[in-house]
Amino acid sequence: MGDFLRDQWWVVAIFIGTLVPLVRRFASVGAMEALRTLDRRWIFLLMLWSVLFPIYFIGVTGRTFPELPSALAHSTFDELDRLAPGDPVLLSFDYDPASEGELQPMATAFVKHCAEKKLKMYFMSLWPVGPQMVQNTVDKVIRPDYPRLVYGQDYVNLGYKSGNEAVIRVITTNIRELYTTDSRGTAMQDIPMMNGITSVQQMKLIINVSAGYPGVKEWVQYAATPYATLHLVAGTTGVQAPLVYPYVPRQLRGLLGAIKGAAEYEKLVIDTYGGPNPDPKYLEGLRRMGPQLVAHLLIIMLILVANFLYFADKRAVGR
Amino acid sequence: MKRTVPLLITAVVGFTLIGAYFVPYTQSWGETVAIWFDVLAAIAFILGGGNLLRSHLKRISDQQSGWAYSIIVLVSFLGTLFVGLGKIGAAPSPQFPDYGWSGNYRQTGSAFWYSYQYAFQPLTATIFALLAFYIASAAFRAFRAKNLEASLLLATAFIVLLGRTFAGVALTAWIDPANWQGFRYFTGLRLENLTVYIMAVFNTAGNRAIMIGIALGIVATSLKILIGVDRSYLGKD
Amino acid sequence: MPPMGWFDLNRIWFFGLLVMLCGAVLAYILAARRGMQIKVRRIAGLEAVDDAVGRATEMGRSCLYIPGVQDMNDIQTIASLTVLSRVAKTAAEYDARVEVPTTRSLVMTAARETVQAAYLAAGRPEAFSPDQVYYVTDEQFGYVAYVQGLMVRERPAACFYMGSFFAESLILAEMGNGVGAIQIAGTAQPAQLPFFVAACDYTLIGEEFFAASAYLSGEPDQLGSLKGQDAGKLIVAAGILTGVAAETLASLTGSPAIRSFVNFLINRVLT
Repeated sequence: MGDFLRDQWWVVAIFIGTLVPLVRRFASVGAMEALRTLDRRWIFLLMLWSVLFPIYFIGVTGRTFPELPSALAHSTFDELDRLAPGDPVLLSFDYDPASEGELQPMATAFVKHCAEKKLKMYFMSLWPVGPQMVQNTVDKVIRPDYPRLVYGQDYVNLGYKSGNEAVIRVITTNIRELYTTDSRGTAMQDIPMMNGITSVQQMKLIINVSAGYPGVKEWVQYAATPYATLHLVAGTTGVQAPLVYPYVPRQLRGLLGAIKGAAEYEKLVIDTYGGPNPDPKYLEGLRRMGPQLVAHLLIIMLILVANFLYFADKRAVGR
Repeated sequence: MKRTVPLLITAVVGFTLIGAYFVPYTQSWGETVAIWFDVLAAIAFILGGGNLLRSHLKRISDQQSGWAYSIIVLVSFLGTLFVGLGKIGAAPSPQFPDYGWSGNYRQTGSAFWYSYQYAFQPLTATIFALLAFYIASAAFRAFRAKNLEASLLLATAFIVLLGRTFAGVALTAWIDPANWQGFRYFTGLRLENLTVYIMAVFNTAGNRAIMIGIALGIVATSLKILIGVDRSYLGKD
Repeated sequence: MPPMGWFDLNRIWFFGLLVMLCGAVLAYILAARRGMQIKVRRIAGLEAVDDAVGRATEMGRSCLYIPGVQDMNDIQTIASLTVLSRVAKTAAEYDARVEVPTTRSLVMTAARETVQAAYLAAGRPEAFSPDQVYYVTDEQFGYVAYVQGLMVRERPAACFYMGSFFAESLILAEMGNGVGAIQIAGTAQPAQLPFFVAACDYTLIGEEFFAASAYLSGEPDQLGSLKGQDAGKLIVAAGILTGVAAETLASLTGSPAIRSFVNFLINRVLT
């Protein structure tokens, strides 16, 4: 850390420079008064630094915090790892660019895991911009690192269909009623890996990366619950994860919640399949834990300071 | 008549779809009607788009304050519509190479793809990223230990905030049976495990209670609307 | 293929539960019509609606009403329109301006009719302008960006967030807080409730939001439905207690009979 601070002294100088006006205000009106009348833009600035500094540190040094995968991450990993080469897997990417920060690392890790296990990947989406997310992940993972995988034989992008949960209800009984072509316009009968696939019930696993509605709750309600043979694992945003905990483990075999879940799952995938020098694109979740740590500590500090002020003022009024 | 017909349509369609759920022959009716709604909503976009054009053109013609932003809105709206519908820059589909418009408008390298990748995506992520700043300012302003319940809430918040990061792991890493055998009964007190327990048990219990209340509220509201007791969505009598 | 019956027997228990819950609601509606007195506890958020609109009138600023980000097929949006009707009527009576940017075209159409009817009911049809209710964009964060800009420019004195919200809830609420507006929120999205509770002055939690229509109208029929909802809650509570007791006994005693009863509840009644 000392070496980093010495080498990147200009970042430290900018950081100190931006906080000088705040320090001067503290000195001029006193700490208590300055805190009472603190403009929230100073809080925004502190939050900016608490995210920016760790990102820069990790970017320069390549160091990340150690990660201890939880039981849920292990169950998610085990659900994929138990599958045999050639098993069909449905990946539904139900998120948009707004949630990409939280969900893209787990989507990347899922696709890497599926590619390493040589599973047949059927991509789809219930969100209009989902196909873009699919394409980005395919361009990021499959094209550069698994060039042997052939579109139409090893993976296919079925694209987006409107209808929210109605889509799930239809494809669990007859996928071709809705999907007559893939996202490129190729007819189903012309796609080799669609031969013999008539419904989602033939999938060995459904992997859902979900940012909201429609998402994991709908997959649980309309796929995993009515069809007990369907196995479902999901990755969700932090806000959505508490809502789907009740479904673990019966309807939801594994759950990755927020960037923490993504980091834990990445660790498992990288440790098993990443090799000695994994590509940085498979470490995004782990890298983002640094800013998360510092930001959480900042929020805790703000809460403590605010409560200190509250009790100090309360005592002053009491006197 | 003006109110009776919509009420009758609501009641007949609503109760029919409820009944259809229980009759094997008609169980797919709900999905079909959901798709009808999507078609309706897509057509209704013409109303919304027309309203958007009208209101922003009016702002420009009246030179209301901020009318320059209305120009940006209209240019973006019409530009995206044009490149999407026209499939500008999209290569023809390999199945139909002779037809210029057979390609996918979202194809990598098309104008629509560029506007999505380099305009829409960063802008959406930027607005979403504002949440981090607002959470910090809300935490500073609103989280006060005013009473016992608030104090418990804050303590829980600290546990979860720390448990979701390496700090939580590091702070309670000493609770390890390798250090003392007795700790094997206390591994649940490690912050990362406590976090999972809080989310999976306490938080789930609270969420379930709220969800049950919401579900009952939805049943009652839907019934009131179907039988015509609540007609405020149609406008007052 | 075996012939299909006229009733899906796998759903018979669900049908029974539905009949019980709807029956409870209908029974109390009928009882209320026959003169039964219904007492409803005070809901602070709904009591504050008039005060909020009054504040906007005094300050000479507008009221901002956000009916959620979902379409008309979401029950929360319909519930939001019932509250909008009341807010618009109060605004018309107080001569305050209410602005309703929407994120769906159908919601814009329905909200416009609701607001117009409310102004008519208040005896102020000439004060209504169709431009008060307008469409912005379907895109969630594009809508949020617009509303944020609107709040900063117009500085509404009262902000109402009623309906289905997702990640934008905290952004809207904090921005409203920043411009000094009084904020009343109501949603049935459990994940967004903590953000509204932290940032807004009043929050209608879950079923309170659905009770708004009945509470604000004060009609006996609607209040009866609230009572029916409570009866439904008792039915659900009885079911939960039965299930928990049975599972606990089955685990403690290992009795096959109790275990099969629990399995029956899980596999037949609750599916």
